[in-house]
Amino acid sequence: MADHPLPEPDVAREWFETMLLIRHFEERAGEQYARAKIGGFLHLAIGEEASMVGTVRAMRDTDYLISTYRSHGQTIARGSPPGRVMAELFGRVDGLCHGRGGSMHMFDLPRRFMGGYGIVGGNLPIAAGFGLAADYMGNDDATVCQFGDGASNQGTFGETMNLAALWRLPVVFMVTNNRFGMGTALERHSAVTDLQVKGEGFGVPGMECDGMDVVDTFHVTTEALRIAREERRPVLVEALTYRFRGHSMADPEEYRTKAEVEEWRKRDPIITFGDRLVAETVITEDERAELDAAARQAADDAVAFADASPVPDPSSLYDDVYVLGGQIQGWYSVDERGAGVRKGEDLAEEHA
Amino acid sequence: MPMMRYREALNQALREEMLRDEGVFLMGEDIGVFNGAYKVTAGLLDEFGERRVRDTPISENTIVGMGVGAAMLGLRPVVELMTINFSLLALDQIVNHASHIHYMFGGQVKVPLVVRMPQGAGHQLGPTHSHSWEALYLHVPGLLVAVPSTAADAKGLLKAAIRDENPVIFIEHEYLYGQRGVVPDDDEFVVPFGKAAVRREGGDVTIVGISRMAVTAEKAAALLSEQHEIEAEVIDPRTLRPLDLDTILESVRRTNRCVIVEEGWPHGGVGANLAALIQEQAFDDLDAPIGRVTGADVPMPYAKNLEQIAFPHEPEVVDAVLATFRDL
Repeated sequence: MADHPLPEPDVAREWFETMLLIRHFEERAGEQYARAKIGGFLHLAIGEEASMVGTVRAMRDTDYLISTYRSHGQTIARGSPPGRVMAELFGRVDGLCHGRGGSMHMFDLPRRFMGGYGIVGGNLPIAAGFGLAADYMGNDDATVCQFGDGASNQGTFGETMNLAALWRLPVVFMVTNNRFGMGTALERHSAVTDLQVKGEGFGVPGMECDGMDVVDTFHVTTEALRIAREERRPVLVEALTYRFRGHSMADPEEYRTKAEVEEWRKRDPIITFGDRLVAETVITEDERAELDAAARQAADDAVAFADASPVPDPSSLYDDVYVLGGQIQGWYSVDERGAGVRKGEDLAEEHA
Repeated sequence: MPMMRYREALNQALREEMLRDEGVFLMGEDIGVFNGAYKVTAGLLDEFGERRVRDTPISENTIVGMGVGAAMLGLRPVVELMTINFSLLALDQIVNHASHIHYMFGGQVKVPLVVRMPQGAGHQLGPTHSHSWEALYLHVPGLLVAVPSTAADAKGLLKAAIRDENPVIFIEHEYLYGQRGVVPDDDEFVVPFGKAAVRREGGDVTIVGISRMAVTAEKAAALLSEQHEIEAEVIDPRTLRPLDLDTILESVRRTNRCVIVEEGWPHGGVGANLAALIQEQAFDDLDAPIGRVTGADVPMPYAKNLEQIAFPHEPEVVDAVLATFRDL
């Protein structure tokens, strides 16, 4: 599918840099997880960088992106400072969500990254809500909703496809088919394995892109966004990709063979794109090494930033449970730290 | 002030808020062409059109989730679910998403969403259409919960809910839809959350009634006065999050007795929670254990006689109040 020409050299180089940054960020995150700097679950996207960068670069800054629990790369591609993403993984106050969300729940409103979501399939209705809002307000903002092959079996998939088609919502649904719903292979979890056709019965046409090729992902997503934005109807894009690491860090990968992983690694989106950039003289081998080193340094800097960031103040525990002010007064929240209860007006005063 | 039915008061609230704020729109099953399963949205499709009154497919979780998304972008969706039992299909969007998003994303985004739905027994709708779930939603931090029992509160609280920046679970009652009351026709009439209503003043015992049980409690209080010379103070909290505990405590400190009446199940119920709060704050003021009157601890049966004994009526409330005087 490398039929598409490369974009302008500066653009191609930036795509490559961003993919490298995501790769090194994820490698560093894995290391920090092993060192217990990061808790909970950590889902790495190593191998899926092209599907992330190609998609995001097809979007306007005013478009909305919503994704899953595997979304460090999307935030970085969207422009969030890597240090703030890493600080969120560290549970620090400078994290994108001040340490409230962690790895699975990134969010960056100014960049219209509308969230990583921990519930498989939970983000699809919300994406349709963004589409509805754009339609309601009469603007031409489009939404890209990424989810995994496993989510295509959730009830929300069918419900959301139907409603998005029925109401002609400007949403590109992108199923990132990395061939496994956690540890269950595609053939063992979905009766229909050609996932791009799963929306057709609901009135959502399918498209396919090579999720290991950033250029192909870019072109297919660009066309899908055009359809969504201009023709006012949803599209389902299947991005064929592969994650090189386990589902999460807590995954011994007993469900697939090393040979299979090695076969896919030959299609590593960063190596293949780098090779192409060199072959088409966009960069030299030396520049490639320099870009790689710079991305590695940026990932190291992100770790240093996160490490230097303080943990959230314990007094912030109850912040942002509610939007305070207005009528939110009275006893509403049992405070386990003290006798009795927290009162809304007390919190409002603390905020004032 | 005009008399109107509870459902008409709700309709007036929706209409006024839609006129006031272009961002307010309605979504739900059969709310438009059909005018609503309980006719709360009657006439609104004709007045506001399909952009703002949207009939949906039967997809509760996705309807609520779309409301979450639209609210995150600044609109004020009001989602109607046909009955509270159906909201269980939307529990993922309500609990994992609507209630958590403001907190888990570090306060970056708000979810000013209202989910309206009726609850309650008495119409022989059996085990999947008759339950009372306010305790379930009360459990969840991040949600506000309203349980209006009068036509005026139905209007005033719904307007407050629509204007609020937080997700609101707005629990109506099937029995109350046809009940009449005096309702201010002022389009700035708003009942703030967290302010209980004292339905009846009295110095002998405090009865807290939730949702329709506020009405039952008031009728029971009349019987107590006529038949037992007991003057009960009846308090309707109107909202459970936030909860006006101050008004309840002030009353209990005067009466020294309290009975809580709810239609839902006893275990983990509103009364269980409220009794804990009261004894934590006013233990020394109590002359008797706090009484609870609840729905029976069973799925709601269909047979009329069984259904009628599966949710509280005035005699059970009277008995529970008398029990708080038993040792005197």
